[in-house]
This record gives sequence, structure tokens and C-alpha cells, in this order.
Amino acid sequence: MNKTVNQKAWFLVLPVLLLVAFNALIPLMTVVNYSVQETFGDNNFFWAGVLWFEEVLRSERFHSSLGRQLFFTFSILLIEIPLGVAIALAMPRKGVWVSVCLVLMAMPLLIPWNVVGAMWNIFALPEIGLLGNTLNALGIDYNFTRQPVAAWVTLIAMDVWHWTSLVVLLAYAGLVSIPDAYYQAAKIDGASSWAIFRFIQLPKMKRVLTIAILLRFMDSFNIYTEPFVLTGGGPGNSTTLLSIDLVKIALGQFDLGPAAAMSLIYFLIILLLSWIFYTLMMRNEDQ
Amino acid sequence: MGLSWMAWTWPTAAFFIFIGLCIATLGVWEYFRPGGDPRRGVFMIDTTRGDRLFISLLGSAFIFLAWLGLVNSTLYWPLVIVVLWTLFVFRYV
Repeated sequence: MNKTVNQKAWFLVLPVLLLVAFNALIPLMTVVNYSVQETFGDNNFFWAGVLWFEEVLRSERFHSSLGRQLFFTFSILLIEIPLGVAIALAMPRKGVWVSVCLVLMAMPLLIPWNVVGAMWNIFALPEIGLLGNTLNALGIDYNFTRQPVAAWVTLIAMDVWHWTSLVVLLAYAGLVSIPDAYYQAAKIDGASSWAIFRFIQLPKMKRVLTIAILLRFMDSFNIYTEPFVLTGGGPGNSTTLLSIDLVKIALGQFDLGPAAAMSLIYFLIILLLSWIFYTLMMRNEDQ
Repeated sequence: MGLSWMAWTWPTAAFFIFIGLCIATLGVWEYFRPGGDPRRGVFMIDTTRGDRLFISLLGSAFIFLAWLGLVNSTLYWPLVIVVLWTLFVFRYV
């Protein structure tokens, strides 16, 4: 067994621990406290026990939001991960175009989330937006403000546009770290492009792809600003994801108890799915 | 500045004290009897004692949530299930 010799190093972690305690643990504790109480404002709280948990877990509204959230998250993962890897594979490894490609790829990531939402809102408007107007001119009936399918397509397209770059940059970092010797050995063996990808590039990218999948999963499961600005959860409730629904309950209706219970359930789902993803990927890596 | 905005109650305080005690106990246990390298159990994943505590707590949360969502009865039964689950995780996972 390897034992760390210098335990004093743990004191270096103390500032981070204190920071996390203030910005994460204390708010989380407060949410737990709210989740078992009812309040009518003015800092007056009344014990409610597990009532809000029962109410949220049995509500059709929560089930629908969760379903939409899962659909959104898995859709964007299914698109962004393969697309990001494909773009990273197509990017040059040497020369002046490397910098150009990297800057172009990084640009969507630099745009604030609410700006992305506003941009896509205008871009997709059927009357004046470039995308919306063009599609309608081509004879495709497209109006994301009143058609749920169009709203979903626009929402997913916006997320793919905004976040595929992150996957590309991570996959590219994994690709450039592969030593040339691997490719030379593959060439000597007469390996096909597919074989090189399957047995050299993909295994070498596994760690960065794990990070990419985890980041995209957690981010997309928490997403709020972009869909809120783009569709506001509509038309009707068709794009009301969990976070939008949560804000409606907490700030719109000021039902702090149910909102706190929903937050905790939301948090536990993210924690569980992230842990499963991470464990499965690490297990495959060990094998 | 008071802490009234955090709306503390005795049950929630006890809950956090329990979690804190679990982590502290694990630390003391590890200090006096180091758990050694991760082991591979029935789930075929490598786990340390800390991992097993995490799995126990996460599993317990979902056992309670499932009970609250699906069954309308006393919470003592899921408590029994949680204790059995924790024993299972620490022994076999």
C-alpha cells in the first residue's frame, strides 16, 4: 500500500474547502432546510416533513419536465460527442491552419449564454430571422414560437452550435497527445483508417471524452438561460426543462418548499447519473 | 448576522451532523486501520471505503425517494432497507 508521507499538504486544500463550504455547502444546507418546511414569507417557517417530496415525486408536471430534460440531454450528447470527435479528426495537426481552426472552434464558447439564446431567437424568427425566413421561403412550414417540434429542433441546434466546440477542443487535445510512433506502427501493419481510429485514437481519447461527456451531461442537465431566452419554455410547456420549471415554482409561484424538494431530487439525479457515467468509463479504461 | 435565514430545524441539523460524523468516523477508521488499495466487489467496480460510503448514502437517498414516490406508508420500512443496503455495500461492493 502506498501511503502519503507528508500529510501537511492537506492544509493547502483548506482555503478551497472553506470556499466550497461557503458557496456550495451552506446554500445546499439551506435548500435541505427549506425542503421540509412551508413558508409564507417574513422568515416564518412551519414544519411540513416529507410532504413536498411526496408531492413533487407524484406530480405529473415533474415527470413531464424530467422526461423533457432527459430527452434534451441524451439528444445533445448523441449529436455533440460523435460530431465533436469527427471535427477533431478532420482538423489539421500541423501548420498555420491549426491556430485558425482552434480560434474558430473556441469562439462559440466565448459567447455568454443569454446572448446565444437571444442570437438564436432572432436568427430563427420566421418573419425576420435568416434561418426562419429561409426555411419558410423554401416551403418548409417553420415557426418555433408555435410549433413544438420546430422549437425542439431549434433548441437542440442551438446547443449543438454552442457546445460542440468544447468536445472538439477536448478530443483534439487527446488526439495531438498521441505519439507518432503509434501511427508509424499502424502504417507498418497496414492498418486501415478505421482500425487506427478504433484501436489507437479512440482508446487514447477515452479520458478526455469521459471529461467531455461528463461536462456536457452536467451542463445540459442544468441548462437554463439559453432555452429560457430562446423559447421561454414554450410553445405551451413543450420545452419547459427541469430548471425552467424549477424557477417557475420557486420565483414565479414563490413555493419555496416544493421548489427546494424538487432541487434536491434534481441534484440527486445529476449526482447519480454523473457517478454512473464516470464509473462505467473508468472501469472500461481499467480493462 | 443571524442564521434564521437558513431556517434550521432539529431534524435537518441531525441529518447533517450524521453525515459529518460518518465522514469523520471514516477518517478516524482509515487513520488507525488503513483500508488499503481499492477492492473489486459484486458490482465489478473498484471501491475504497470512501466510495462505499458514497454509494451507501446515494443509494439510501434513492431508496427513500422511491418509497415516498411509490408507497404511501411509514418511513421505518425504507429505513430498514437502507440499513441492509449499507451493510451490503460495505461487505460486498
